[in-house]
Amino acid sequence: MAGVTLDTVRKIYAGNVEAVKGVSLGIEDGSFCVLVGPSGCGKSTLLRMIAGLETISGGEVKIGDRVVNQVEPADRDIAMVFQNYALYPHMSVYDNMAYGLRNRGTPKDEIDKRVKEAARILAIESFLARKPRQLSGGQRQRVAMGRAIVRKPQVFLFDEPLSNLDAKLRVQMRVEIKRLQRALGVTSIYVTHDQVEAMTLSDKLVVMSGGQIEQVGTPSEVYRRPETRFVATFIGSPPMNILPGTVEGPGRVSVGGQSIAVTDMRDGLTPGSAIEVGLRPEDVQAGGTGASSLSMDVDFVEELGATQLFHGKVAGAEFIVQASTGQLPADTRQLTLAVDPGNVHLFDPQTTKRLGRV
Amino acid sequence: MVENRPFAQFMAYLTLALGVVIVAFPVYLAVMASTFDTATIINGNMPLVPGDQAAENYNRTLLYGGMHARQPVGGMMFNSMIMALGIAIGKILISILSAFAVVYFKFPFRKTAFWIIFITLMLPVEVRIYPTYKIVADLGLLDTYTGLVMPLIASATGTLLFRQFFMTIPDELLEASKIDGAGAFRFFKDTLLPLSMTTIAALFVIQFIYGWNQYLWPLLITTKSSMQTIVIGIKMMITTTDALTEWNVAMTTAVLAMLPPVLVVIFMQRLFVKGLVETEK
Repeated sequence: MAGVTLDTVRKIYAGNVEAVKGVSLGIEDGSFCVLVGPSGCGKSTLLRMIAGLETISGGEVKIGDRVVNQVEPADRDIAMVFQNYALYPHMSVYDNMAYGLRNRGTPKDEIDKRVKEAARILAIESFLARKPRQLSGGQRQRVAMGRAIVRKPQVFLFDEPLSNLDAKLRVQMRVEIKRLQRALGVTSIYVTHDQVEAMTLSDKLVVMSGGQIEQVGTPSEVYRRPETRFVATFIGSPPMNILPGTVEGPGRVSVGGQSIAVTDMRDGLTPGSAIEVGLRPEDVQAGGTGASSLSMDVDFVEELGATQLFHGKVAGAEFIVQASTGQLPADTRQLTLAVDPGNVHLFDPQTTKRLGRV
Repeated sequence: MVENRPFAQFMAYLTLALGVVIVAFPVYLAVMASTFDTATIINGNMPLVPGDQAAENYNRTLLYGGMHARQPVGGMMFNSMIMALGIAIGKILISILSAFAVVYFKFPFRKTAFWIIFITLMLPVEVRIYPTYKIVADLGLLDTYTGLVMPLIASATGTLLFRQFFMTIPDELLEASKIDGAGAFRFFKDTLLPLSMTTIAALFVIQFIYGWNQYLWPLLITTKSSMQTIVIGIKMMITTTDALTEWNVAMTTAVLAMLPPVLVVIFMQRLFVKGLVETEK
């Protein structure tokens, strides 16, 4: 087993396009690290550099204590699961899993033992003789994971492995991947654009944007204390509401003339200066009363079953509130929102960085 | 289209049947003519039902040839077979390798190389026949199988077909192979080749027939009668200025010439069609 260390890793494509702009990251041995971000943020490129499928333009990638910049993918002791599974269509499931081991000259009975064991773990024993096209999406996904498991690698790399599955299967496979990773204890790096996958799977969540890391932390750290406005609006669904406001004084901001108390606010902000106020849809109390409150004009309501989403405007900005179904009548036109001072996030409008306590 | 108009349907079938008759009747005539003796055909009243000379005609043609062109057609068929197989197999080998290079390797002037191959599509054998003849002659390859086969092997069509097919193979397959420890040649042998089987079959059918039907090239470079191909043989059977044409022998030769391409198409038809419409990845 080994951890993975990235030191100011860069990827510059022909034409001077910088896809990854100096990323440094330490991934502990045995942990599950998820890289999340919108498409084009460089997360896949980063993963492919770790795999050895892309050359590294600058910086260093270490697996364990070994610098692997110049090492062939096959010799990096990694296994990768691809988005479209990349199973060899003309080989049986058994051969798909055995191929990498055969190329390495692993003894036949050892191959057989490992393939059977992986098949047992993944419950695909009855498909071993079939061809990939005779399998469903979920089964193919399992075979792709089996191909990774039999290698007994130091690191698993997952490149959006669930995005070709339907929603129900995705949830099921997500749980299975997590369980498998826990059982095997192999360091895993997982790329996704789905923030739910990212939150549920990761020990360490890495949010990326524009080729750079925006924030690294546990899922709850990232959710509770987003370091930038980008992270705040990217993690969480529906996304965090951002309202324009002004600083009133220590621990107080005003939004559209309504004053709000804030717990986590940097000292020494100039009163009257502009500030962005972030509120999660699930963190405001619709129809409640509290120390500080905001009024909202409701445009329409989305029914989600257990909850309802009220869409409307607060102080001229788009705003979404989540409430339990039945808590409020669906034809509500006007809402008063109670705001807990501990749930208010403040961001600098220029740098978009968090203006919390240092 | 679902329609139920008896008259229109009848007309459609009639048209189709007419087309089939126009195409098939000469073939039928050739087959019939190969079952009579010369005299029956020459007197102009050849029946349209099989005669009783089939065994005699085929036996004589295959083993001895005609009265004037005394060259056993069996030997010609052997020559044609060598040429057609050589061209088909050679073309497949060359074009699958060049497509592999053009698609999967980065080397200087890769695009240029591809375009040069592409442009040769515009230069069929007939256009470049004299320079090619000169080269083959200077190499001392006249009247050899190598001379018959080699100049026709280089194939833009095949390279293009394989290139298009390789482009549909997802990059991830190559990447998965890399991670599985397969080098370029192993990837070719273990993954590309098995996946290309239907394309290879399609190309084989097309190129076998192309090679079998070559006329101008073998006509130019073969002078010895023992090196002649069957397509030239047919012509030889007919051109006799000072004697009666042995139509039965000529027709037998024609039927024999038709046979191998027909068999190749029949036996490889399913693979062939699959290769041309392949979409499964």
